Amino acid sequence: MAHTTDTEDPNRRDFLYIATGAMGAVGVGALAWPFIDQMNPDASALALASIEVDVSAVEEGQSITVQWRGKPVFIRNRTEAEVAEAQAVPLSDLPDPLARNANLPANAEATDPNRGVEGKENWLVQVGICTHLGCVPLGDAGEYKGWFCPCHGSHYDTAGRIRKGPAPENLLIPPLEFVSDSQIKIG
Amino acid sequence: MAGHSNYVPQSAAAKWLESRLPVISLVRGSFVDFPTPKNLNYWWTFGGILFFVLIAQILTGIVLVMHYTPNTLLAFGSVEHIMRDVNFGWLLRYLHSNGASMFFIAVYIHIFRGLYYGSYKAPREISWILGVIIFLIMMGTAFMGYVLPWGQMSFWGATVITNLFSAIPLVGESIVTWLWGGFAVDNPTLNRFFSLHYLLPFMIFGVVILHVWAFHTTGNNNPTGVQPKTKQDTLPFHPYYTVKDLFAIVVFMIFFCWFAFYLPNYLGHADNYIEANPLVTPAHIVPEWYFLPFYAILRAVPDKLGGVVLMFGAIAVLFILPWLDTSKVRSGKYRPLFKQFFWIFAVTCVALGYLGAMPAEGIYVTLSRIFTAYYFAHFLLVLPLLGFLEKPRPLPASISEAVLKGGSGMPAGATSAPETK
Repeated sequence: MAHTTDTEDPNRRDFLYIATGAMGAVGVGALAWPFIDQMNPDASALALASIEVDVSAVEEGQSITVQWRGKPVFIRNRTEAEVAEAQAVPLSDLPDPLARNANLPANAEATDPNRGVEGKENWLVQVGICTHLGCVPLGDAGEYKGWFCPCHGSHYDTAGRIRKGPAPENLLIPPLEFVSDSQIKIG
Repeated sequence: MAGHSNYVPQSAAAKWLESRLPVISLVRGSFVDFPTPKNLNYWWTFGGILFFVLIAQILTGIVLVMHYTPNTLLAFGSVEHIMRDVNFGWLLRYLHSNGASMFFIAVYIHIFRGLYYGSYKAPREISWILGVIIFLIMMGTAFMGYVLPWGQMSFWGATVITNLFSAIPLVGESIVTWLWGGFAVDNPTLNRFFSLHYLLPFMIFGVVILHVWAFHTTGNNNPTGVQPKTKQDTLPFHPYYTVKDLFAIVVFMIFFCWFAFYLPNYLGHADNYIEANPLVTPAHIVPEWYFLPFYAILRAVPDKLGGVVLMFGAIAVLFILPWLDTSKVRSGKYRPLFKQFFWIFAVTCVALGYLGAMPAEGIYVTLSRIFTAYYFAHFLLVLPLLGFLEKPRPLPASISEAVLKGGSGMPAGATSAPETK
């Protein structure tokens, strides 16, 4: 045993080798995270999370577009004909059967009442971003008289539901509530 | 590379340097004495042209940054300031913006040259793969550069392209938010694109060095695809190819200047002279011409994820091309069937480019699907099968033999060893 060296004890060497390597990997990972996370939305972007909009001047059949989190939001006071048309559509005709309404459970069906504002179904508030590749659809347009995206030809109906074209989902409905009869809080 | 030089330092200063950093013999071995096949045609000059355009883009870019402001409130104005107020600003910006198009014209010719003459085949697979990586970084650089003027096309191009990542299941939305640094394309997006647009050309430069290193290790391919066998088959790079490349660069510069001076906005879009408006999308969004074939593939598929996968797949397939082509013969010159399919493929790419610029409706969609199908079939079906079905023409015994048989009417001595005359 006079010449005992480290090489005769491979377990101890292996342990030191692996432990050092593992510590190094953890260190590199921990240091990489700030470099990755700095690209996520910063505090000032997150601070713009909600807005209030006065909709008293929006008559039946009119729309306004407001900006929320840098995105356009369509607020439309729908006509009775538009609501009736949207209600008459059977769910089986919809490419996306989910309501995509942030105020409802994620599995809510895309019926017209589930798309409109609760209790005020003539109001339709939705993020004006095509769910395909993010263009802003045009209002009062398309084969279903709702919205039409000029970029790649997606047609939405009068409840903002995708009916035809490459977009996979209905227009998103942001978290919102009527704080008074004429004030909508979005976000 | 250095091994190709028989340079022996003469002066005391050169000896001193050479024994510490052998940079003189490295450069001589790579770009002076380097043995180059003597039959390279003008399609081979596009490598040199590309190197010239890369340097031109870096130089014009560095000086443009001295006047540009990467902020959503100021960017559009600062570009107009460059165009109107800065001394020769119009020239520098037009050289830079048209330079991007010239870069892609040259790179597409360079890629198709490689496809025709089988430059991707063993032993040059690594050179080819590094080339595809350069192409990818170029596309990223060009895309981010186009965002910087903050016009309508900048903004909506950035929106559409970054949204491609939202097609990824589960994490897509988080990735897009991370890319944007917010909930829409905005100031943080512009800032990071500017940072990366400045960085990536230097990364291209680095990969170009590796690209050249790789094919200097294997030796250049040449129009016959036959490896040089004797000293008679090659010429020193300088002066034979330095002069040939330089002549081609000058001719290319004339073409470049024709655009920069007479058609500076021909390859752009008028909408990009309208400042970005996040609430209004232009009626007809089209990417820059060099992305159109890929855009046509994206739109040919009626499914969001499927379209994105095929679009990236169209480039990914190039990475495995060296292993898809089963033919033992490199050059298309000796492959009668391949030659025909090569031209069908070339027409397919041009057709996809045309269809990418057309609205996505009616006959255009149908045609996009047919050509997209052929694009992939060419790589995944035609090239693997041709190697088994095709009977290639006999190869020349050597480059010299191919050159002399060409019957240029020159005395044999002059062509076989012109460096001794």
